[in-house]
Amino acid sequence: MAHFVQQVLDGLASGAIYASLALALVLIFRSTHIVNFAQGEMAMFATFIAWQLFTWGVPVWAAIAATLVVAFLGGMAVERMVIRPVEGSSELTIVIVTLGLLLVFNQGAGWIWDFIIKQFPNPFPAHVFDVGGVRTTAHTAGVVAVLLLIVLGLWALFQHTKIGLAMRAAAENPESSRLVGIRVGRMMMLGWGLAAALGALAGCLVAPRLFLEPNMMFSVTIYAFAAATLGGFDSPGGAVLGGLIVGVTENLAGTYIPFIHQDLKILVPLLVIVAVLLVRPNGLFGHREVVRV
Amino acid sequence: MSERRRVVLVEGTAKYRIAVAVVALVVLAIAIAIPYVMPPFRVFQFTEVLMIAIAVLGLNLLTGYNGQISLGHSAFFALGAYTTTVLIIDHGWNYVLTLPLAFAVAFAAGFLVGIPALRLHGLYLALVTLSLAIVTPPLIKRFEGVTGGAMGRSVPKPGAPGWTGLAQDQWHYFVVLAITAVMVLIARNLVSGRIGRALRAVRDDGLAAETMGVDLAIFKTLTFAYSAGFAGVAGGIFAFVVGFVSPESFTLVLAIGFLSAMVVGGLSSISGAVFGSLFYVFVPVYAADVNDALSGVIYGVALIVVMFLMPAGVVGVLRRVRGLVVDVRKPGAHGPTVAPPVVGRDLSEAAGVPATSSSAEL
Amino acid sequence: MSLLEVADLQAGYGPVRVLEGLSFDVAEGQTAVILGANGAGKTTTLRALSGMVANKGRITFAGADITNATPDAIVRRGVAHVPQGRGTFVQQTVDENLRLGAYTRRDSGVRADTERMYALFPRLGERRGQAAGSLSGGEQQMLAIARALMLRPKLLLLDEPSLGLAPIVVQELFRTLVDLKKETGLTMLLVEQNANLALDVADQAYVLETGSIVFGGRADEVRADESVRRAYLGY
Repeated sequence: MAHFVQQVLDGLASGAIYASLALALVLIFRSTHIVNFAQGEMAMFATFIAWQLFTWGVPVWAAIAATLVVAFLGGMAVERMVIRPVEGSSELTIVIVTLGLLLVFNQGAGWIWDFIIKQFPNPFPAHVFDVGGVRTTAHTAGVVAVLLLIVLGLWALFQHTKIGLAMRAAAENPESSRLVGIRVGRMMMLGWGLAAALGALAGCLVAPRLFLEPNMMFSVTIYAFAAATLGGFDSPGGAVLGGLIVGVTENLAGTYIPFIHQDLKILVPLLVIVAVLLVRPNGLFGHREVVRV
Repeated sequence: MSERRRVVLVEGTAKYRIAVAVVALVVLAIAIAIPYVMPPFRVFQFTEVLMIAIAVLGLNLLTGYNGQISLGHSAFFALGAYTTTVLIIDHGWNYVLTLPLAFAVAFAAGFLVGIPALRLHGLYLALVTLSLAIVTPPLIKRFEGVTGGAMGRSVPKPGAPGWTGLAQDQWHYFVVLAITAVMVLIARNLVSGRIGRALRAVRDDGLAAETMGVDLAIFKTLTFAYSAGFAGVAGGIFAFVVGFVSPESFTLVLAIGFLSAMVVGGLSSISGAVFGSLFYVFVPVYAADVNDALSGVIYGVALIVVMFLMPAGVVGVLRRVRGLVVDVRKPGAHGPTVAPPVVGRDLSEAAGVPATSSSAEL
Repeated sequence: MSLLEVADLQAGYGPVRVLEGLSFDVAEGQTAVILGANGAGKTTTLRALSGMVANKGRITFAGADITNATPDAIVRRGVAHVPQGRGTFVQQTVDENLRLGAYTRRDSGVRADTERMYALFPRLGERRGQAAGSLSGGEQQMLAIARALMLRPKLLLLDEPSLGLAPIVVQELFRTLVDLKKETGLTMLLVEQNANLALDVADQAYVLETGSIVFGGRADEVRADESVRRAYLGY
């Protein structure tokens, strides 16, 4: 039984990471109606920046904080320079552009920092809690705590601030937003900036466990997509819940289903995506289909 | 549109047919000349271009006619490659003969994926196929008894028969050129046949979908299956031309490569598949000349720039350029058609239906 | 004194030109109405004024040239546009919709103004926490107008406020507009197909046909004109 609880707990930890990246995906989808295939690679690239700062002697948390700022600015720049010009184009064009971004960030990281695995510092103390046979690390607890903080912060931002309201409005009805004086372009940039920062945080939190290398986020991306699909692409709460569910399911499947074992755990998100899209395409909490208007 | 004097060609007339034939002959002449004038490594690259073009041709069927986006054709490519590998190494088959089987295996897999794909459109399908592409390398590693796992397997490359007097790279090129020609014919037949007509009717008039009902479902699934089959053939070619298969050869990057090649070349056109494949093979090559590790970055940047400047692809640009000089008309029309058929062999031209614009309806 | 002066306005969508050289003005404190059939260019006119459509010519507001200014700059100058079809933020609450109307304001009177709106439009007050999408057509139109008023605008642009509303609702709506006019002296530019009601409310009227103003003057003069009566008033 303790073993089972252990697996669930570990699953929640991974799930928190997936949830963070899924939140980034949802943020971008809500503000610009784009599915950003490059989200994971952008996050990975930012994580490398954090690693670089740390290697240069910056303390871990300061490095992460600085990286979040850089990621925020970078996300805004990407929206303005790469996405804005193709905004009204066909879905296929936009898919190709985000795939192009994926390649740029993925290969770019490989070019700058090469493909050899690096060790990313653990920002949390190396402590292990043991409660009745169930062990969990400070890292795990820390990740879940950070996720909670993020969710609270985003909720406060969107529900209780003027700019959050403006972002919601711009996402829902750009035309009317312009009529009340909201600069819609700026809101979209903000959305991308926030999402990039979120992704960067997710990357920095997962890197100690996964080991840092350019392809690190490939699988996390798929899990995040599964989470967003399950929760509904326009539902932040859904993304969080979806992430946790996917994380736990993945871990349990990997532990208890012999065929899957550890190396085929990646089948889980694929099955989740297929199942959700066939049964209930809007996901658990989503309102709109992932179709360009 | 200015009243500039342009050469007028009416489809179906002798003048038109001659023009098309001349262009086709020129293209063919260039294609045949390549292995004689280029150094072996370049010839190998052109063989790669043809191989990729076959896969892109299949993807074109899917996107241009079904309106579906697939990010997972690397999976079918891999299936074809490993089928050929196993047949050649473990069962001693002749390499060319393995291709129909590679097609069949990929076709069957494509059919299975195509069934649920019916219910998914646009980005949903892209997501599912994306997962397929990401899952492929781990699956390959899991079934290492057959695939050789992470270590991969070496496939003996066929040598040129003595009577031809050709070097190995030249022989490979001609073999693949012949296969490409066959696949092009198959594609044209598909498009001008029942499937193509039905799908075009649906694409151009949604109401037709309602009336066609079940038949349509089968057509669309078959199209998916065919597109997978094409990728499988390309994969089989990969096995004996490159001579080595491993999980690293069949990653998401390859799937992105197919899709991007199709879009850069231009949708709904055979020549588009070739242009796109040229882009896919040679841009990283030239990028590597600049800086080896940067080639992936440059390819990604090139993709974005192409989408900014020419979203209709190379074919779109060529059509506009040609439109400055030549006015292609339907018989009986008094003005320019909406979008004249493209230089070379155009899928829709084969079917006698006006080509649509290059954006996919999704 | 003309609050709004429009001279030779040309506007369109891509290759399609809708407005061919429009000229008119609206005096401060007055209500002007633009009449015209579907497709004449009424909506395009308002959209050009609020910066939503590229245009050529000259638009002067309160003495300043706002031709081709950005929408948010125009809003900050005090122009509020109630679009055709209401344009409410259906997923946001009534209260949030109002607050959005005051987005560009930096002062602290926003809360008080929302209460004033609820006093002016009691049904909105009853539904202040509800999603705007759950309101009836008439209520959404009230909300759209209230949202525009939250700006404390100098000029209110209304695009076919009567469209899709039941006659009783339309009566109530126009009564509210008349009250607004009397109490606040707000300058309004109305675009309407319902010529009768519009002419009752307006001080000045213009007739728009295929992209240009063919007739204009005081509302009672326009109402009396034969061709206008036949084309737009039905008798």
